[in-house]
Amino acid sequence: MPIRTEPVTINLGPQHPSTHGVFRMRITFDGEIILDVEPVFGYLHRGSEKLAEERTYTQVITLTDRLDYVSSMSNNLAYVLAVEKLAGINPPERAMYIRVIVAELQRIVSHLVATGFFLNDLGALATPLMYCFREREKILDLFEMLCGARITLSYMRVGGVFQDAPPDFWHSLRDFLNYMPGYIDEYETLITGNEIMLIRTKGTGILSGETAINSSISGPILRASGVNWDLRKTDPYDVYDRVDFDVPQGTVGDNYDRYLTRVAEMRQSLRIIEQCVDQIEEGPVRAEVPALVRPPIGDAYGHVEGPKGELGFYIVSDGSIAPYRFKIRSPSLINLSALRGMLLGSKLADMIVTFGSMDINMGEVDR
Amino acid sequence: MEPIYVPFREANSFYRNLYDLFAEWSFWGVSPIPDWLAYFLAGFLIVFTVVNTVVIVTTIGTWVERRLIGRFQSRVGPNRWGPWGLATPIADAVKLLSKEDTRPEGVDGWVFNLAPLVFIVSPLLVFAVIPFGEGTYIANLNIGILFIIAVTTAPTIAMFMAGWASGNRYSLFGAMRGVAQLVSYEVPMVLSIVGVLLLSGSLSLVDIVEAQRIPFIVLQPLGFFIFLLAISAEMNRSPFDIVEADSELVAGFHTEYSGMKWGTFQLAEFIAPFGAAAIITTLFLKGWDGPLLPSHLWFFGKVCFVWFVLLWIRATLPRLRVDQIMALAWKFLFPLGILNLFITAAQVLVWEDPTTGQLWIMAGINWAVAIACLVGVSQLMSDKLSTRAPLAPVPVKGARGLREVR
Amino acid sequence: MYGLGIAKGLSVTFRNLFRKPSTIQYPEEAVPQAPRFRGEEFAWYEERCTGCASCAKFCPLGIIKIVTHPGGIDVQEGQSYAIDVFDIDLGRCMFCGLCVEACPYDALFMGSGFERSTYRRDDLVIPIDELRQAEKHPSTWFRPQLEAKEYRPQTGQPLSWEEVGR
Repeated sequence: MPIRTEPVTINLGPQHPSTHGVFRMRITFDGEIILDVEPVFGYLHRGSEKLAEERTYTQVITLTDRLDYVSSMSNNLAYVLAVEKLAGINPPERAMYIRVIVAELQRIVSHLVATGFFLNDLGALATPLMYCFREREKILDLFEMLCGARITLSYMRVGGVFQDAPPDFWHSLRDFLNYMPGYIDEYETLITGNEIMLIRTKGTGILSGETAINSSISGPILRASGVNWDLRKTDPYDVYDRVDFDVPQGTVGDNYDRYLTRVAEMRQSLRIIEQCVDQIEEGPVRAEVPALVRPPIGDAYGHVEGPKGELGFYIVSDGSIAPYRFKIRSPSLINLSALRGMLLGSKLADMIVTFGSMDINMGEVDR
Repeated sequence: MEPIYVPFREANSFYRNLYDLFAEWSFWGVSPIPDWLAYFLAGFLIVFTVVNTVVIVTTIGTWVERRLIGRFQSRVGPNRWGPWGLATPIADAVKLLSKEDTRPEGVDGWVFNLAPLVFIVSPLLVFAVIPFGEGTYIANLNIGILFIIAVTTAPTIAMFMAGWASGNRYSLFGAMRGVAQLVSYEVPMVLSIVGVLLLSGSLSLVDIVEAQRIPFIVLQPLGFFIFLLAISAEMNRSPFDIVEADSELVAGFHTEYSGMKWGTFQLAEFIAPFGAAAIITTLFLKGWDGPLLPSHLWFFGKVCFVWFVLLWIRATLPRLRVDQIMALAWKFLFPLGILNLFITAAQVLVWEDPTTGQLWIMAGINWAVAIACLVGVSQLMSDKLSTRAPLAPVPVKGARGLREVR
Repeated sequence: MYGLGIAKGLSVTFRNLFRKPSTIQYPEEAVPQAPRFRGEEFAWYEERCTGCASCAKFCPLGIIKIVTHPGGIDVQEGQSYAIDVFDIDLGRCMFCGLCVEACPYDALFMGSGFERSTYRRDDLVIPIDELRQAEKHPSTWFRPQLEAKEYRPQTGQPLSWEEVGR
């Protein structure tokens, strides 16, 4: 006689040690197999798009910092590129080099956070997390030297970068470039060959390349599924066309591939920073832009390859000092739409791991 | 009067001496006190000393564990209360005692309250049969190991009681997983112990220690490995701690407990590694034996070393998924345990009373078998366990090479 | 071979046991800060301030409250407004520094500390008397003249209004 089982619906609530941020999922299980996932978000909505309509273009930069609070330079960069496109301003060369250096440093920070928390979700008792955060501290000290803050930086301005870097910054940056590859090797020794990690993450949470393209996924998740698409190569902005780097790609699109892609991207970021440090020259860092920018009437879309995916801002201007419409194309929100497909049919433990490997940031999802 | 109480046959002579001391007392006009009372007082005193020593060592062990895990993670552990943070366990105890003892609405009263007590009985009972030094033990049961195996199954019931009585779905999930895990790992544990028993010829722990001319870890590498994994799983310690996976089910079967009841669960969880380390020391590492230093010190040192290895494993490895844990028990450890048993039984049959030279030959054969098994298993699982190549070629023109961290 | 990956991982953690921990024992040790750190405790020099309220206009949150009346003297510009109320509400400030960027007379600087916490929300508003009388350790953020002098706000002497200008 077959046993009668009953599916159970659990609410993985907004307060939970492992949903990164305030995210709620209603999951229906049959034993350990997941039958249905319904994500509920909006707990961190702050109305950024509406608030931006009341602030001048320079003040909106402080709003964009707080979208993906882990990778604030990339947010600033995307916004500033959009406004520069709208107003037809060209930043000076040195500003573009500094922007690229800082954006790549921010990518390393974001991937360190993602990897650390991914391993925390796997259950490694915060040890790899502490190692990743130890290196993140050093990068945040570099940012503090540059612009006085560590997380919400507001470093970029329309027409360039806010202020030039002090001489100490270049020395510290070179030291960092010297010892960071050794630390990434240490993480790989600790984690990549670990049999438990392999058994847990290989073959779980598979996202095929075709599904990814159909769902508009972008970022490391897309590349781990085997699609060769990186905005720094297909639509280069700033000086990405003058530096050489590879775009790591996965084959299968499971959690292990996503982890490997992020680690490989960290190494490539170090390579880009080294080349920029070699190529940079003296010069001004800010174009002559009035304090209250008034772009002509029109619209523009500026996007960057952020650490979580393609972050884009669509700005409509009506000639005044504040944007008329400010629309954010947030990568985490769009990547979240693939979550249900990845999770149907897998187990409870895999759900947490898959969600962790997608690196969703609720500040971006809810804006 | 010749006492016929059973413990006198098996317990230490110290017990008998204490009984004799108490039997001379007079109390409240009753002279001398009845011998059941003297017997009880003597036993109580011995057990009181041992249990308190174990609990005090455990509380200091919590401080050491948190400092060591901190150092593994490149940070300092607790160092605020007292010099070097030594008063942290006291602070923890005071905090737990002063918390509200919550009792959610749908709980099953008696079962909910009794679960912590049942949980803590088992790790403490283990210490009743282990020799702490030469001739120092509470009771030398001639079925010592069987007693330990029986007692280490008690947490299964306690876990289920806690999970069921909490009236919470998460707790029930955790309890179900825990029961499945504990029951599955009994079998490899017993199989590896039987290998040791064949070599020593007796179930009593004191005899096992004395029968080890060469420590059994050398003679039974496979048995040691299986026992280490099985006892880690029995204690719900990383990498087998799905039962209390913080990142998935909040806290498993003890989610709804607060205050000192939760403190009792945690205390039992901290005493368990010491108990496991004591068992491993007695069975595989020659117990209290060692040159020069007094035997109690050797025992303590070996227990601390095994405890450190368990802690090291806990601090490094991520956890396994529940079906992988079951697969590990039934498909990996169980066949290996049976293989170990056959080989050891064959060796004992051939060499009835082995000399030291023959023992070394046995050790060689066992190590060869263990390494062959390991290589064989890795060949079988090679597709699941192979790492993928790095996804981008790293050094090219213009980029600096990698350097090792100092 | 099975087990080697785990063994390598164990060796990495074991090596970390012997490294110096990267903890800073705050509050006994001072947290190392950069000179450009955007701290609380704004440094406001009344002698240089003309009451133009550019800082208040540029603040994204509108937390600076300025009330002036005409008839003041500014040491460099001559005429200025006399300032009656100059309040900064730290409860809502996000320390973005746009106010400092806006000031054309180098009268407002970011501070260098982060330890100004209070027990009540109302005490978080810095009134004008406190701004006048505080010891001023201005941060070098957006003030290249202070950086050229290699001023370190956390350890240096408080600066007066003559030393901070361009």
